[in-house]
Amino acid sequence: MTEAILRVFRGGPEGGAAVDYRVPVAPGMVVLDALHYVQGHLQPDLAVRWNCKAGKCGSCSAEVNGRPRLTCKTRLDSLPLDQPVTVFPMKAFPTIKDLVTDVSWNYRVNRKIPPFSPRPGVAWKMYQEDLDRVQEFRKCIECFLCQDVCHVLRDHDKKEEFGGPRFFVRVAALEMHPLDGGSRTRLLKDELGIGLCNITKCCTEVCPEDIHITDNAIIPLKERVVDDFYDPVGRFLRRLLGRS
Amino acid sequence: MTEKYETHEHDVLVIGAGGAGLRAAIEALAQGASVGVVCKSLLGKAHTVMAEGGIAAALGNVDTSDNWRVHFGDTMRGGKLLNNWRMAQIHAQESGDRVRELEQWGALFDRTADGEILQRAFGGHTFRRLCHVGDRTGLEMIRTLQDRGVHMGIDVYMECAVTRLFKNGNRIAGAFGYWREQGRFVVFKAKSVVIATGGIGKAWQITSNSWEYTGDGMALAYDAGAELMDMEFVQFHPTGMVWPPGVQGILVTEAVRGEGGTLTNKSGERFMQRYDPEKMDLSTRDVVARAIYTEVKEGRGTEHGGAFLDISHKPAEYVKRKLPSMYHQFLELADVDITKGPMEVGPTCHYMMGGIRVDAETSESTVPGLFAAGEAAAGLHGANRLGGNSLSDLLVFGRRAGLAAVASARSAPAVSLDPAEIDEAARELLRPFERADGEDPYGIHRDLQEKMQSLVGIFRVGEDLKRALAEIARLKERAARVRVEGSRLFNPGWHLARDLKSMLTVVEAVTRSALERQESRGAHSRLDYPKPDAAWERKNNVVVRDGEAMKVTQSPVAEMPEDLKRLLSNQSGGGTLPSTPSPQTT
Repeated sequence: MTEAILRVFRGGPEGGAAVDYRVPVAPGMVVLDALHYVQGHLQPDLAVRWNCKAGKCGSCSAEVNGRPRLTCKTRLDSLPLDQPVTVFPMKAFPTIKDLVTDVSWNYRVNRKIPPFSPRPGVAWKMYQEDLDRVQEFRKCIECFLCQDVCHVLRDHDKKEEFGGPRFFVRVAALEMHPLDGGSRTRLLKDELGIGLCNITKCCTEVCPEDIHITDNAIIPLKERVVDDFYDPVGRFLRRLLGRS
Repeated sequence: MTEKYETHEHDVLVIGAGGAGLRAAIEALAQGASVGVVCKSLLGKAHTVMAEGGIAAALGNVDTSDNWRVHFGDTMRGGKLLNNWRMAQIHAQESGDRVRELEQWGALFDRTADGEILQRAFGGHTFRRLCHVGDRTGLEMIRTLQDRGVHMGIDVYMECAVTRLFKNGNRIAGAFGYWREQGRFVVFKAKSVVIATGGIGKAWQITSNSWEYTGDGMALAYDAGAELMDMEFVQFHPTGMVWPPGVQGILVTEAVRGEGGTLTNKSGERFMQRYDPEKMDLSTRDVVARAIYTEVKEGRGTEHGGAFLDISHKPAEYVKRKLPSMYHQFLELADVDITKGPMEVGPTCHYMMGGIRVDAETSESTVPGLFAAGEAAAGLHGANRLGGNSLSDLLVFGRRAGLAAVASARSAPAVSLDPAEIDEAARELLRPFERADGEDPYGIHRDLQEKMQSLVGIFRVGEDLKRALAEIARLKERAARVRVEGSRLFNPGWHLARDLKSMLTVVEAVTRSALERQESRGAHSRLDYPKPDAAWERKNNVVVRDGEAMKVTQSPVAEMPEDLKRLLSNQSGGGTLPSTPSPQTT
């Protein structure tokens, strides 16, 4: 049976080091299986988050060979096994222990976003062609890999002034909901700092759900912010036509 | 007490943050109560997120003849009439409102051509009844409930596990637990507690369930003196992945068959013809699981010991649209393109029909102030659950449990907790660290899973069940000597050491109940008693703690009113299914 060497970060907020573990490789095995092997046979206190092991819950995010991935969907046979497979925690969030990071900041951002607010007296009819683009955003499994890879968060740590791709996707789902009557452009501009995104598309590249985060969520939202705050002619016309 | 612990106080403490727990919390908050929700994982990662096929509600959007009476009849027949009839009635009557409410909170279901919620066919449902979002219905549901709860100001204790319930006299008074992250202890004072901790599937080897499904809520309730019921009825979903080894057990949604997928054996025979010629591939899960198991056992299985499930006769774009996560799951994990060829599938431990015995109207257990909803509760599904009835169960009875828990809390006296009991709860958790020698928890867990898989699986025999009880007793002795390495900081070995205790309690209840029921009915199949027995037709097994021993007794199934009995005697249930369901959208 072939073997893989898993080079796993062990440590906490104060730092740590990578430790090598030899793991037997079975057909179709994923990185999370290998981590479970380590837990079950070599290192019982290795800290890993996981739930569904089927790419549906977004719990097992980590950086495999330097790339943000769901470990449950990363097959060992897709990686070069002649060298160690490195598994490190997401860099954009504080490490708690080993591969487990403190992602609570994301939950605090979510709380700032006004929920779905149906227009008063709306009829509860919706058509599939109006839902397709919103359902794309609703596929998000909150793995936070997009947050991890976003340089505004990862390299510049602007968590106080920036919401990150996950929450632009969330706002887009609300703003484009056919029956929603709220407006969240001021929130996008002032609190979620959408202007800081310079559309490098790193988030789109790592999304395990293939959501076109940049093209379908962020750019249309940026346009809405521009329309509402930086377009004097449009603003004049809207005032003239009685729309605030 | 050797160390400090934090204390929180709520009117209602909800344990579990899947569909049932969140719906209970939302309802309790809406009543103005103080509510705390405790969950072992991060918010939004509970098992509900993995639900795929849909939520059953007789809206009649696609098949206009559908109504609650037909849904009630299907649920009762699927459960072989062991269901609590009143729960089945409430469920069928209220699930429509619960689905519409989700939509009003922002959920976006797939649509019919005239803008209504689209519904698909599923096993055992007379009509196309499952409201869905492709094959990620559970994600839509949990995200909607999560956001609703967050904006109502829910207090969530994430990555926190409860290990003990406290009582004042006969009534529930609170709970003890630990933070998974730091390993610190936490005490909750609560006038009402709602258990919404889901199922027990992690005690089997081949399972669709995650690490969280260790029967905690059922074991906590049992230890607090509550009755468990129908514990012999464990659902093996007919279609889990069988290859490659690492993915074994991962769920393949019944929606594949709902959308027209067919099952064949290695000779290409549509074998369901021999097991249920009328319903074929959309027979109930107990029947299909046994059929696949039998085909494999008798040598007609696929290369990796399963059956073929094929949807590739449908247009590729349709398959990708209606079953997107199945498409990706097979492509990425098994190198199979399901738009071009068949999947290999076999049974996987999936769901627990049994659980905490509750009152149909209030979801209250036999312990005052202790409620249960969702998979942790028993009664609605009887001997076998229909697909799609779980998500609706979560909403209907989650809401009712939340309402009743608030009402009960309002009339309850103030609670006080005994420091000695808190101290003992803390010491129990620390013992595995103190042992100089002892066994690693992972090895005990692997052996438990192997024994349950081989001795208490789809088909059961008295001798195997007796052996299983002896094995469980030995595993309990080993678990009592479990030793944990490392610190209390996010230590999965330590967490598993505690979860083993819950699993060993519930598997004993499953095995004892299975031994008692000397017949085959629904999901409980005895090779030594292969037929249903009239003597067992109207009895539920009830499990209760008697000192240190586990006692199983029988309780008569409640008599159904005449008008509901008449509904069941009408086999067609008021309408018939069109022979070839046609998709409403393309």
